[in-house]
Amino acid sequence: MNDRTTERPERMRRSAPGDRQEPDPPPLAIPENPMAERIVGAAFVAALLAGFGLLGVYLLGGQTQVEAILLTICLGGIGAGIIVWSQALLPNRIVSETRHPLRSEPDEEGGVLAAPAITRRTMLIRLMAAAFAGLGAALAIPVFSLGPAPGRDLFVTPWRSGLRLVDDQGAVVHRDQIPMGGLLTVFPDGSPGSADGQTLLINVGAGLLQVAPDRLSWAPEGFVAYSKVCTHAGCPVGLYRASLHSLICPCHQSTFDVLRGAVPTGGPAVRPLPQLPIKLQSDGTFVALGDFTEPVGPSFWNIHSGG
Amino acid sequence: MADDAGRLEPGGGEQRGGDVERSVLPPVRRPTELERLADWFDGRTGFGRYARMALRKVFPDHWTFLLGEVALFCFVILLATGVFMTFFYTPDSRPTTYHGPYAPLAGAQVSAAFESVMRLSFEVRAGLLMRQIHHWTALVFLGSIGVHLARVFFTGAFRRPRDINWLIGVTLLLLALAEGFTGYSLPDDLLSGTGLRIAYSAALSIPFIGPWLASLIFGGEFPTLELISRLFVFHVMLLPGLLIGAIGTHLLIVYVQTHTQYKSRATREDNVVGLPFWPGQVFRSVGLLFLTAAVIALIAGLIQINPVWLYGPFIPYAVSSPAQPDWYVGWLEGLLRLGLPFEPTILGVTIPSPFIPGIVIPGILFTILLLWPFIEARATGDHAEHHLLDWPWESPIRTATGAAGIALFLVITLAGGNDVIGVFLNVPVETLTAILRVLFVVLPVATWLLIYWLASSQRRRRAAGADTSHIRAGGVAIRRTATGGFEEIDAIEGDAD
Repeated sequence: MNDRTTERPERMRRSAPGDRQEPDPPPLAIPENPMAERIVGAAFVAALLAGFGLLGVYLLGGQTQVEAILLTICLGGIGAGIIVWSQALLPNRIVSETRHPLRSEPDEEGGVLAAPAITRRTMLIRLMAAAFAGLGAALAIPVFSLGPAPGRDLFVTPWRSGLRLVDDQGAVVHRDQIPMGGLLTVFPDGSPGSADGQTLLINVGAGLLQVAPDRLSWAPEGFVAYSKVCTHAGCPVGLYRASLHSLICPCHQSTFDVLRGAVPTGGPAVRPLPQLPIKLQSDGTFVALGDFTEPVGPSFWNIHSGG
Repeated sequence: MADDAGRLEPGGGEQRGGDVERSVLPPVRRPTELERLADWFDGRTGFGRYARMALRKVFPDHWTFLLGEVALFCFVILLATGVFMTFFYTPDSRPTTYHGPYAPLAGAQVSAAFESVMRLSFEVRAGLLMRQIHHWTALVFLGSIGVHLARVFFTGAFRRPRDINWLIGVTLLLLALAEGFTGYSLPDDLLSGTGLRIAYSAALSIPFIGPWLASLIFGGEFPTLELISRLFVFHVMLLPGLLIGAIGTHLLIVYVQTHTQYKSRATREDNVVGLPFWPGQVFRSVGLLFLTAAVIALIAGLIQINPVWLYGPFIPYAVSSPAQPDWYVGWLEGLLRLGLPFEPTILGVTIPSPFIPGIVIPGILFTILLLWPFIEARATGDHAEHHLLDWPWESPIRTATGAAGIALFLVITLAGGNDVIGVFLNVPVETLTAILRVLFVVLPVATWLLIYWLASSQRRRRAAGADTSHIRAGGVAIRRTATGGFEEIDAIEGDAD
């Protein structure tokens, strides 16, 4: 069973290629099949015509479907012609050859390396390996140029106290834009379209929210703002089922209860969507009272360390 | 050039003298152009003696041995169409305004990358055809790799000495997955941007190194301006370079080890029965290349794929619903959708919810796949060389395990489309996810037991001698000798197929 005991009979010894004259194969009868010859010829002619047809369509301005059909006929004609040729017009004689052992022949020197001048100095080999490990470590350092240290980027967003809530075009949002049960994606003034600042402003109506008492004041007159970045894998939480007050992430169906502080009620998300503290001003616009008090978006290993 | 005797005339001064005598052209008939070209080359390099060695090499003949070839030919098509697209693509995330002929996006803020894909699709002649052939071929590429892998697995072709080529093959699968994912992310459209967002979150979820790793791969916190140009370097340079090297090694090892063969009256462990490489195998393979390209051209020209103009450009605060990736990534998406809301914090270290389904489980599955030849050899104690293939029922445990793997793959791929299936079946997606979570465990186990029972009873039946239909007929008339020559042997009646 083991390879080391495999017998290597003399007759199975491999010879270097080309060191002997190889006898030619016995003469073969080339199959006669006029019908197959006509089919192969017709296939090649079809390919030729379709190829020039494709050129013509291209020169006339091109048309994707016609191009595809002509290309199919051209490629298919060549392919079918060659296949029919190989099946009907080649002798296709089944041949058997001996399978040779893969392992090299042993010689006087011993194993494959067979260089005691090198292999005997094991200490030096280990030191050389260590030297290359050092070189490898040094060369790995430029990898760290590929991106900034994570730092506090993951813990903060562009939201600051006093920043007005604007839409994706940078226009200031007014409470009249959001009817009862409606919602709008808002951003901090100066960062419209921000990936980690994207926030959903939802008008759930006064008196329905069941968030912690200290967070009730963050939702003036039933306008509540939650981060739009899913806490599972970071997709925008883009679906809102107003009848159930549920936010749903279309990527992996994490579901969040808007009335109860956006706690997850389904799907793979674990953390609630962070709530943004906001204030409704007398002119009907909104300002933030600060950044989110916890990181937005997907979790990472030290997310609860406070950065 | 050829004289009446059919011999090649000395073409130049260097051929004067004994060289003419060494010409291998047939002495009696007029050589064809192809033969003369080969002789011209041989007279200057002496390559003929090596080429003959290779051209006469015998390859067993069976349709299942063509599956890997289809993958190879898909790679050829991908290279050809990919080079064309590279001339038109701009790997740049910087914003620009779309002014092209597609009216619904007129004046939209898009990235330069998205704009260049729009231009390739709507303004470059044959550009859309090339793009769709490229994308469709990528889908077929991954599919043919998968089917080829299944053939190698279920026939035991991965056993020693081909365990080394199994390692390269699974590496090729990983490279092809990465190549596919980076490729369909390049248009910078809304669908692929969402996929990148999820990939970023999965990298971020790895304990201790996640934030660093995600920052190094993406060049900072997602989304970054660097990302598209990085994906481009991976997609058109690093990954294709690795693929070409690994495919070349894969094929070289097949050549050196010779191919496996099914059991028949003519085949033994110490012989190879089949068609010589030239002309039979070459003709079939080249024909298959063109037919593969023909079928893909037809599909790609008539069936739209990845219409990025319908998805729109990537916007970090927008998302499309439903959102499904290319089929070969669906299983990863499905694992995330089946993931449980479980995010423990142990000694201050949080294990994020996507980590287990998105990183750990795919890692375990790929490790088992990669090491399967060694796991099986350890379990069975069979470390011998095998050149004859098993039928699936000859190794019930292997076959049952492979079938369970396919069942698992199907469940998690379906889970990747749970929203679409939920709408189709009119079942709430939460209910469907709960069912799929159960199936994730139950279906592979049930499949394993069922296939094990089927294969075992089949094996018992065959061992009792009731059925010998699996012994294929052989039809050998010629034996190739160790030095590359041929000798005639008694023919065995029957169709060698």
